[in-house]
Amino acid sequence: MISEMYQEQILDHYRHPRNYGSLPTPDATFEDTNPLCGDLVAVDLAFDGERIADIRFRGSGCAISQAAASMLTELAVGMTREEARAITRETVLEEVGVPLSPARIKCALLGHKVLLAALYGVPAHDAYGKEPRP
Amino acid sequence: MGDVATASVRARTPPAVRADFPILATSRNGKPLAYLDSAATAQKPLAVLDAMDDYYRRYNANVHRGVYTLSEQATAAYENARATVAAFIHAPAPEEVIFTRNTTEAINLVAHAWGRRNLGPGDAILVSELEHHSNLVPWHLLAEERGARILHLPADFMGNLDLSRLDELLAQSVKLVAITQMSNVLGTIPPIKEIITRAHAAGAVVLVDGAQSVPHLPVDVQALDCDFLAFSAHKMVGPTGIGALYGRRVLLDAMPPFLGGGSMIRTVSLERSTYADVPQRFEAGTPAIAEAIGFGAAVLYLQDLGMDRVRAREAELTTALIETLAAIPHITVHGPTAGTRGGAVSFTVEGVHPHDVASLLDEENVAVRAGHHCCQPLMRVLGVGATTRASIAFYNTLEDIEALARGLQRVHRVFGVGQS
Repeated sequence: MISEMYQEQILDHYRHPRNYGSLPTPDATFEDTNPLCGDLVAVDLAFDGERIADIRFRGSGCAISQAAASMLTELAVGMTREEARAITRETVLEEVGVPLSPARIKCALLGHKVLLAALYGVPAHDAYGKEPRP
Repeated sequence: MGDVATASVRARTPPAVRADFPILATSRNGKPLAYLDSAATAQKPLAVLDAMDDYYRRYNANVHRGVYTLSEQATAAYENARATVAAFIHAPAPEEVIFTRNTTEAINLVAHAWGRRNLGPGDAILVSELEHHSNLVPWHLLAEERGARILHLPADFMGNLDLSRLDELLAQSVKLVAITQMSNVLGTIPPIKEIITRAHAAGAVVLVDGAQSVPHLPVDVQALDCDFLAFSAHKMVGPTGIGALYGRRVLLDAMPPFLGGGSMIRTVSLERSTYADVPQRFEAGTPAIAEAIGFGAAVLYLQDLGMDRVRAREAELTTALIETLAAIPHITVHGPTAGTRGGAVSFTVEGVHPHDVASLLDEENVAVRAGHHCCQPLMRVLGVGATTRASIAFYNTLEDIEALARGLQRVHRVFGVGQS
């Protein structure tokens, strides 16, 4: 009996999150919560020039929010600041790859919101206004 | 869940009740709906849908205005609904019931119209740790504006309030006690009669949040001796967009209006107005007429079932629900597990976030609520960020509870609960 939403890649990232933890001296850091459910994601970034040399995330919350943040760190590491800023919501949802209801889409995008805020150095709710539109 | 308990609950299931609620016969992907979220909003019987439809089809007109027959019919139906709702809570007179949008607006009405006039710097409002945000935030706003303080009665993790310091707290210039009659998270029923008696002895006015209690318990405002009671139609098989505030006549008479506009005035010049008597003083503008009529129909429906029978049926189902959850390993049921309590049952599954539990249950067409239930202070008492909540209404069946149990076994399998 397989769940549509809780497929193996989601459960694997939830149980074994990649790039989990914190950086001792991050160049940028940000955290935010989803006020509806209290899910929390924090992201630390270390740059080598313009490139994201290292990334760590930590948080608490549902499998969707934590797995999506884990997947996002794998996607973003090694990108330039510009490339990471160009990651769209659609890209994140494609990475997650399972059907999500509107309420759960917010969970999946929490990590993305926090990453953009860390990249722009502004509060998360402002960061979504700066994201390039497809 | 024993066979005997099963049989006794089944024997008392009036099949006609299920047929009164069209939505309960629906299914998704071949799975019948198991609706266990009545604490958020209840489903609606045909009697309510038909009453509202009948108004719109046959006698739709504005109330308290026209002299023509339709308007008089609409006004009579609107005012009959007020009388029905008033009688349901044993209010001494229909005029003591004000129609509002919901419980939240009823509480805000008291905060604005009574609170601004009766609270000053140094005064205090006493709340409890069980309260819904709608019985906290209006008081925060009022306290900020008037320089008043918020005091609280602590709750333990079972939802029991610590009344040992009640008199000491009341002595700290408490002018208002705002307290729930039933927790929307834990189902706890605080001893509000005792709290009201002691609050009155200390000279405080008491507002009771009846959003969860009025739909599920016989409530008598005269026996309780409360000063205000706020509740919503939609949690008691009525429509959304309508609720009620009961207020003691002497308090209502002394209160200034809440919102200004049509219907609530006596005379208006360009410079000033004088205001109508209660309840019209607090019902500015065209009210939710169809919804009020639906509210009245909902109350008649519940009265026809009998609130004692509703209570007994829901108590049986709640016991079955708690026993079912307790029998599944790695599940913690929060709050009282036995004795007198309401049908809101919060639980957590070890290692699985409540939203994931609710999403997996949704795949089985089992509707439950997950989150902090607008009770962040209580979540801190429980030491959790969120819970999953299944809540009972009289129209639920053991099949609904069995569907929940099957869904939770699936949660265990998908998340490998207990395997790490």
